[in-house]
Amino acid sequence: MKEVVLIKLGEIALKGLNRRTFEDVLKKNIKKALYGLGYFKLSIAQSTICVTPESPDTDMDKVEDAISRVFGIVSYCRAAVCEKTMEDICEKAPDYLCEALNEAKTFKVEAKRSDKKFPLKSPEISRELGGLLLSKFPHLKVDVHNPQVKVTVEVRDFAAYIHADSKKGAGGIPVGTGGNGCILISGGIDSPVAAYMMAKRGLKLTAVHFASPPYTSERALEKVKKLLKLVSRYSGSITMVTVPFTKLQEKIRDDCPEELFTIIMRRLMMQISRQIAAEYDCTALITGESLGQVASQTIHAIACTDEAAEMPVFRPLIGMDKEEIIAISRKIDTFETSIEPYEDCCTIFTPKHPRTRPVLKFVKYAEEEADFSELLEEAVKNCEVTEIR
Amino acid sequence: MSFHYLDNSATTRVSDAAAKKALELMMVNFGNPSSLHSFGFQAEKELDSAREIIAELMGAKTEEIYFTSGGTEANNLAVIGAAQAKKRRGNKIVTTAIEHSSVLDGVKHLEDCGFEVEYVYPKDINGFDIEDFERAVDENTVLVSCMLVNNETGLKLPSDKIPGIIKRKNAPALFHIDAVQAFGKENISVNSLKCDLMSISSHKIHGPKGVGALYVKKGVRILPRAFGGKQESALRPGTEAMPLIGAFAQAAEEINALKSLEWIKELNLYFRQKLGELSNIIINSPLEASPYILNFSALGIRSETMLHHLSSKGVYVSSGSACSKGGKSHVLTALGLDENVIDSAIRVSFSKHSTYEDVDALIEALEQGLNTLQRKKK
Repeated sequence: MKEVVLIKLGEIALKGLNRRTFEDVLKKNIKKALYGLGYFKLSIAQSTICVTPESPDTDMDKVEDAISRVFGIVSYCRAAVCEKTMEDICEKAPDYLCEALNEAKTFKVEAKRSDKKFPLKSPEISRELGGLLLSKFPHLKVDVHNPQVKVTVEVRDFAAYIHADSKKGAGGIPVGTGGNGCILISGGIDSPVAAYMMAKRGLKLTAVHFASPPYTSERALEKVKKLLKLVSRYSGSITMVTVPFTKLQEKIRDDCPEELFTIIMRRLMMQISRQIAAEYDCTALITGESLGQVASQTIHAIACTDEAAEMPVFRPLIGMDKEEIIAISRKIDTFETSIEPYEDCCTIFTPKHPRTRPVLKFVKYAEEEADFSELLEEAVKNCEVTEIR
Repeated sequence: MSFHYLDNSATTRVSDAAAKKALELMMVNFGNPSSLHSFGFQAEKELDSAREIIAELMGAKTEEIYFTSGGTEANNLAVIGAAQAKKRRGNKIVTTAIEHSSVLDGVKHLEDCGFEVEYVYPKDINGFDIEDFERAVDENTVLVSCMLVNNETGLKLPSDKIPGIIKRKNAPALFHIDAVQAFGKENISVNSLKCDLMSISSHKIHGPKGVGALYVKKGVRILPRAFGGKQESALRPGTEAMPLIGAFAQAAEEINALKSLEWIKELNLYFRQKLGELSNIIINSPLEASPYILNFSALGIRSETMLHHLSSKGVYVSSGSACSKGGKSHVLTALGLDENVIDSAIRVSFSKHSTYEDVDALIEALEQGLNTLQRKKK
């Protein structure tokens, strides 16, 4: 039996004249997500994308799994393709729905007839198929209000489709339709979640990571790559830029007042990220900061860091509790990797008593005293670029 | 780049002869010891001879040796198998706070099953007060588990005193020794240690990873953790990992514990002397500890930072134990060390192949690290 995946679009359907662009990007993203799983034909009609595999050997479980992570999809379902005749629908439905119906006690049939040339009207289709299923599965009862399984027949332009309940998609809007964002990723729990959330709102991601060998290790770097790989299952490929940060951190240690270590480090990160962002056409920075979580994430500290960014900084986690952030990181499977215990650049040289209410004037004064300009330039110049896909 | 491997308590290089033996048992003499035909019988003979070699080294009888998948499984089997077998006689377990996690997590599981566990704490880095064991063991105690040599500092535990305590207290307890870090490094005899169970591992003594053994004294009954066949007297069923077991025995046969010990003692003293010339170094291993392990702290520099610095110079050491990969050491915490000492602890562990050059390279890289990696400006 020929099987396809039907994909229902979410918010996109509401976009007025830009709708075509959104749909095209989504189709491209779906194709990318299906890369390596075979060849597929994608057609779109009435805010439904139909994914048809060209080979009957296609692993549809993997296809479904890949589609479940593409943003811009509100729901999806696997469906059997039938000829547009009642005979064919009635012949294929019992076989195809056998598994779902065997596990249920109640069901109902719903028909959608978008091709009005089909001789039966929707209620008639429902009635006929419902009767047939009742006779084939005598343990079933019809429940039109709260069925355990809702069987849907969709009669569309080129074929009819039968499917059981559809599944919730990843939501959001297609990656790439919102522009490009640059995520500062450390290897903790928060930044991968922030990356995921902004990709969900349509941003294509570039990632900046600060590495300070020998204070941080190859394993820490590998961990960040692993995290980005997990995020890329949702966001599509990510360009990762690794910044050599050791010399700057050592200079902070040697030439700045200890209580300002963290805030100055954050500002330097912003300055470097902003240059990398510009180079990779990103128009916003993204961080995993959550208000009040640590000393560098107080309202005063964030004001100080923001000043160094000179472009919008998106902080999707700003109002979230740790528990809520962890719940998302578990959902997107980054949690177990995030908690691997390696030092990252944020945990070395942490002062005993960091300033929680830094004053920009004094912070800037300390930076000028130390003069980072040469090292900043050197760091940006010596970045390493890896494509994560 | 030069290569100075000083992390031998994590694992060791497999000896040439042991590797060859493994290959032979995979490619030539690859039979299943349980097969009835003569080819299987050949494999069985290899198994018997391996068991003999290991038994001989522990001062045990051949039928008292059970091969396992390594130290962790041996410890698990001993601790859980003994407690479960004895549960009608009492429900208390006594162990120490500085055991390997394969013992600690095993007894934690037993705690969940309703056993009461008492952890004896060392009084300081130099060791235990034997009185504390005396107080802990009672007539309700069914198992005492105590390691011979601690894996992080080399501290020797007073295992030899425990059988006496068990007797005096009239406890129905079995006595288990985790000898993973001692086996092959000093002469061990299950008879003089008067233990009922003893765990050992292959890859700490130049054998392959994935194999170890548990000594179970004749007449002592413990319950299996896996089920399925009659191998290893049904205590540890499953087709015997012949290539690993044969290589383990081969490596064990090459051991000359006393001769190696002399050399390691010398090297350890040399290392201590060189460390003494550096500033900001605290040694966490007592002089009486096993000379194979020396734990020290380079104050002000996090373990991981120093470790990566050393590894960039081709010197490989460990922070705490390799098994906990970055986590804070429960051993150093239990030994009562200060936070900043624990945070900066480095474990150096020798093998019979270690040389003065290794130590010199370590000292040189260490000195360099001490000068450049300080957390605060000087």
